[in-house]
Amino acid sequence: MANPRRTKEEQKVTEAPQNRRDTKKGTGGASSDDAGASAFGMRIENLSAHYGSFKAVTDVSMDIRANKVTALIGPSGCGKSTYIRCLNRMHEVIPGARAEGRVRLGDQDIYARDMDPVRIRRRIGMVFQKPNPFSKSIYENVAWGARINGYKGDMDELVEHSLKQAALWEEVKDKLKKSGYDLSGGQQQRLCIARTLAVEPEVILMDEPASALDPVSTQKIEDTMDQLKQSYTVVIVTHNMQQAARISDYTGFFYIENMGDPGRLWEFDETEKMFSNPDRKETEDYVTGRFG
Amino acid sequence: MSQSSTEVTRQKEQEPGTGGNFKTSVGARHGWDRFFTALVFAATLIGLAVLGVLLVDVGRQGVPVLSWHFFTSLGSADAENAGFLPAILGSLWLLGIVLIVAVPVGIAAAVYLEEYANDNWLNRLIEINISNLAGVPSIIYGLLGLGVFVYIFGLGRSILTGGLILSLLILPVIIIATREAVRAVPQSVREGAYALGATQWEAIRHHVLPQALPGALTGTILALSRAIGETAPLIAIGAVPYMTFLPEGLLSSFTAMPIQIYNWTGEPEEAFQNLAAAGIVVLMLVLLVSNAGAIWLRNKFQRRN
Ligand SMILES: Nc1ncnc2c1ncn2[C@@H]1O[C@H](COP(=O)(O)OP(=O)(O)OP(=O)(O)O)[C@@H](O)[C@H]1O
Ligand SMILES: [Mg+2]
Repeated sequence: MANPRRTKEEQKVTEAPQNRRDTKKGTGGASSDDAGASAFGMRIENLSAHYGSFKAVTDVSMDIRANKVTALIGPSGCGKSTYIRCLNRMHEVIPGARAEGRVRLGDQDIYARDMDPVRIRRRIGMVFQKPNPFSKSIYENVAWGARINGYKGDMDELVEHSLKQAALWEEVKDKLKKSGYDLSGGQQQRLCIARTLAVEPEVILMDEPASALDPVSTQKIEDTMDQLKQSYTVVIVTHNMQQAARISDYTGFFYIENMGDPGRLWEFDETEKMFSNPDRKETEDYVTGRFG
Repeated sequence: MSQSSTEVTRQKEQEPGTGGNFKTSVGARHGWDRFFTALVFAATLIGLAVLGVLLVDVGRQGVPVLSWHFFTSLGSADAENAGFLPAILGSLWLLGIVLIVAVPVGIAAAVYLEEYANDNWLNRLIEINISNLAGVPSIIYGLLGLGVFVYIFGLGRSILTGGLILSLLILPVIIIATREAVRAVPQSVREGAYALGATQWEAIRHHVLPQALPGALTGTILALSRAIGETAPLIAIGAVPYMTFLPEGLLSSFTAMPIQIYNWTGEPEEAFQNLAAAGIVVLMLVLLVSNAGAIWLRNKFQRRN
């Protein structure tokens, strides 16, 4: 029965973390104050994640390319959220949760003993599966993160620019003082994206950011994503195969072979290959919708 | 009501699920619904009725005594001259001390226990103890205060001693109420802040505490009301039965509203009974105002959230 495990996932030869600096296309005339933002890639080696004694994800190795969109797909419960939370040390916030292995941002090991998780999260932002705006005004939702990080520029401009990037500006420009809670679910999610962009991280992790969005705002977010990867490295979890195929450059498929096993990275490759002729049968079944 | 229930019945007849595996007795279920509505309403009425009777009784006796003289005069052994002013001022002093001591300490302790404390035996012990302390009879706090503040620290039978005892007394209540409010703030709020590079304190200060505030305030003000009405521990440390002068400072001897009322009720003369009733009316009004304040504050902050 034991499927002969492949020695190693076929991964592309890893490049040194890039530090590319694309010039940013101005968004609707707003000043692009993040023109200086330079993206890093990430390299994950043998990462395992536990909740107490339960091992949710095991032995994941993956290279996340700078200035690319990497999509993570896989059946529910296979550990995508758990894994992505390990990438900015958010996993350990849950009592009893811990991660093993190595995660590097550029050439820094983010799990090194002297590494401050606060500093890491400031550089690797995250948008969550469920929208979680702050109970503050729309303006403050966006401005807060920038302010605690000591943003010195023009705050009004930053707020406007971030909201435009998240395709929310037009809908909220006349009610910036209103509470973030008063927005619809999809608008709240875009607000969360805006506040993440406002602190100008290097990597943006998104856990199913579009699951609460209608097709129109999903489209807006996807357009945004295309722009984002010019200045950021993006990792996105999604259940939507078309979305993964449309927006990502690389795709990782997570899978649990036998009930009760931890989730594994089953296959990881360029998106085009993953969706046209993946190496493993399970991947093909999944992306073609034969199960999942 | 009746219109909607006929509609339900009509639907029921057409319901395809009727028969088969479902006994669709919506009518009977509505009956139970109405029955329990009536039951809980009756329970509410009982509490209100008893309170109403008490109020009317006390009001009839006390309201005629309420006069300018009653509010502005010092205590006296003579019913005609006796006033409530030292007791009112004494209670205000106590309240001030409790506000300054118990509220910050209680909220800080709650934040520590809820946000920072690890799940180890020491913290569990502290938690269990706090829950137990909330149930300790108030007289015990009075005796403790007598031993610690009066005899060991030498603070005397003073306003300060009284205020500290009341602070200890309501500290567990404030801690428990605040913890509950802090716990009710969803974890996702903290995570949202962390994801922007916030420290734990920044997340607590800017998001958790403001969101927990309405709940914490409600619990705290209810605890303060309890402190205002508390009698036994103050008697234990020997608050003065009637004061012929006004409290002058933290170390002054004092009386408080419930003490004064208690002492007046102990007098045989009818005039003192009326004074006591008047005192009760004032105390009730203060409690009513402070509880109304609690509700107002809660609504105000909830709207803002
Ligand atoms: N806080 C937690 N405590 C304990 N176990 C957890 C916790 N969160 C997730 N798990 C478990 O870890 C495993 C992976 O869960 P995870 O949320 O990472 O899956 P997922 O791939 O994101 O699923 P979905 O697509 O439904 O979001 C599951 O078995 C889940 O039950
Ligand atoms: Mg998930």
